[in-house]
Amino acid sequence: MYYFGNPEVWLPFVFAALMGASILIYVVLDGFDLGVGVLFPFAEDDEKDRMIASIGPFWDANETWLVLAIGLMLVAFPAAHGEILTALYLPVTIMLIGLILRGVAFEFRAKAPAPHKRAWNSAFFAGSLMTSLSQGFMLGMYVMGLEWTWCNTGFAVLTAVFLTVGYSFIGATWVIHKTDEHLQRKAVGWAQGGIWGLVLGIGAISLATPFVSARIFDKWFSWPEALYLSPLPILSGLLVVWLWSMLRRMPFENDNASWLPFAAATALWVLAFGGMAYSFYPYVVPDQLTIYEAASAPESLFIILIGTCIVLPTIMGYTILAYTVFRGKATELRYD
Amino acid sequence: METLLLSRIQFAANISFHILFPTITIALGWVLLFFKIQYNRTKQERWMEAYRFWVKIFALSFAMGVVSGITMSFQFGTNWPGFMETVGNIAGPLLAYEIMTAFFLEAVFLGIMLFGFSRVPNWLHTSATFLVAFGTMMSAFWIIVLNSWMHTPQGYEMIDGVAHATDWSAIIFNPSMPYRFTHMVLASFLTVSFLIAGVSAFRWLIGGRTEGVRVALKTAVFGAALLIPVQIFVGDLHGLNTKEYQPAKVAAMEGNWETDTGVPLILFAIPDEEARENHFEIGIPNLASFILTHDWNGEVQGLNDFVSEEGEVLHPRVAPVFWSFRVMVGTGLLMLLVSWTASYMILRRKRGVEGLPKPALYGLVGMSFSGWLATLAGWYTTEIGRQPWLVQGVMTTKEAVADVPAPMVLSSLIAYLAVYAVLLIAYIYVIFFLARRMSRGQPIEPLTQQPKAPITRPVPAE
Repeated sequence: MYYFGNPEVWLPFVFAALMGASILIYVVLDGFDLGVGVLFPFAEDDEKDRMIASIGPFWDANETWLVLAIGLMLVAFPAAHGEILTALYLPVTIMLIGLILRGVAFEFRAKAPAPHKRAWNSAFFAGSLMTSLSQGFMLGMYVMGLEWTWCNTGFAVLTAVFLTVGYSFIGATWVIHKTDEHLQRKAVGWAQGGIWGLVLGIGAISLATPFVSARIFDKWFSWPEALYLSPLPILSGLLVVWLWSMLRRMPFENDNASWLPFAAATALWVLAFGGMAYSFYPYVVPDQLTIYEAASAPESLFIILIGTCIVLPTIMGYTILAYTVFRGKATELRYD
Repeated sequence: METLLLSRIQFAANISFHILFPTITIALGWVLLFFKIQYNRTKQERWMEAYRFWVKIFALSFAMGVVSGITMSFQFGTNWPGFMETVGNIAGPLLAYEIMTAFFLEAVFLGIMLFGFSRVPNWLHTSATFLVAFGTMMSAFWIIVLNSWMHTPQGYEMIDGVAHATDWSAIIFNPSMPYRFTHMVLASFLTVSFLIAGVSAFRWLIGGRTEGVRVALKTAVFGAALLIPVQIFVGDLHGLNTKEYQPAKVAAMEGNWETDTGVPLILFAIPDEEARENHFEIGIPNLASFILTHDWNGEVQGLNDFVSEEGEVLHPRVAPVFWSFRVMVGTGLLMLLVSWTASYMILRRKRGVEGLPKPALYGLVGMSFSGWLATLAGWYTTEIGRQPWLVQGVMTTKEAVADVPAPMVLSSLIAYLAVYAVLLIAYIYVIFFLARRMSRGQPIEPLTQQPKAPITRPVPAE
């Protein structure tokens, strides 16, 4: 525990990094399957089945990253967990009900009698929409410092819309990768129509954060930090332009590089998330509670860390196995 | 109503709904592994038929368990922040280990178990089934470790009002953990046995008399008949353990107000919290003393011992504990009766499933969800029985509750209840719908229908 210096310093940092990584993995992985749900009303019935098939084997494990992220916050920063979640009581409830609806609709739509299938399809869409909107809303409230004022709520409503469109964008890029022919061309259209959500969302948060907090403003707009940080916005801008021009020419011959838009979208998320993490560090509750103040006792964190070091690579390993087993174009999902 | 009571009702509603599904998946995973191994060993199609039907119920139950479980992990923060702030150093690592060793294992391999049969080698599919079963068992283990620690805490010290771990093996192997874990795992196996027996009997009754139904019904009835006596024995041990560490709970279970020797076992009574006595009491003399102390005249502690000098009541409300305990025991005895009778009929002159007359089959159908009833009643006994403590002797429930406005809790509670009611009806409906469909010889639809146009190309080799 003392190998790396004071455990009250490095352990909270490691756990903040782990929690950040889980949130990032969550928004990318569950982002695409939530996005597929949000895109449901734009698809025909047989296309819906195909879209479900493209996420069916993965969504369970994708959602587990949310459990891990919230679990790590619960175990490593209990004070922050309580403070953030009681402040966001309402959106959290809506998100949970959304997650319940879409999770069970997955199963029910395939097993219930045919006439009920339409209703479960709607439940799947509604659940995905509720989850995406409330996550975007929570993101907005968090950025604004968790204070329920009219202005902040308005901003949060905007981020709710942007994140939902952003999810639908990454969902569309997933569908591009996992399907072909008509549905794939349709998904290219969805991606083109959804990219603005991502751009506006990242833009709104990047602009708002420095103006909410003088501390964050100084972190970004002082010399020489501004120079070191400049690749972040520049790279993001280039990625957007590249994605845009690529989508206009897709699908490529022989379905080449159908994974590229998804990979590029992921890279964009990573950059945006990196920027946010830089802004908020070392605070876990914006400008109120740092990770060092909120952390659990070092002995407890250490025992979790030991487990994490063994288990996390294993999780990575079998997640890769699952994505390998179900690689390629989504085909009909069968139980046998 | 005030926030505390509403928050308690909301947590109780959530966890009651949640536990229904792990209770099924914990054991059903192992039953599926059993079917799969039997198939690998004998190559008889009937085992695979049973596997294919029940793996669908597993998938459905698993999804219900996952989504209601996510709700739980958030409610710690939204409604009970005091819990993690006080005992987070102990609860935290246990929950973290549950997520890391169990949740990911089951969630990732579930995909392969459900949809991978024709995509992966047979051994990998069998291994995936094993890993999912093992994962659900691990998840049950960690959560029961935490729950048991809340009942019988040890291996910690309090510094400035916050619990710090001193001995992890004492925390994990706390005194009530082995009993509670065994009791719960057996409860899960019994729940699944009666569910499989009930649904199979239903299919048999409506004419779906396939070989797969036959093996599933027999496996389930014999399983139940073997496990129920073990469960009664383990339950008794668990009760004795509770008497040692949480005597107030046992006193409430027995409805026993005064400490006395030669205490009767009360079969029926209406406990009166105000007058601190029972009305309409019917009991068997000296039996409670015998069960709890294994001596006909042993001394049993009464509820009046758990009232402080200032009149503060430090025992749970008696009626709910008293009644849920009786519901659990009553259901258990009914399970014993039904499973033994059915086993006898099947074994009698080796007549097999044909030996079961119609009333017996209807009886099994009626018992389909008896496991749920007994499990819920058992959890109510032990959880309400811990009140007013949240962590026995360390913190009370009142100390942990969040300061959320009561109307807000009420609205979320109503929303949850509405969703849960719809889902529960849909769940039970779909199980019997699938059973009917199978019995009519219609295969269950694959998760997606065949696309109209042949737009599916073979998976490209990578």
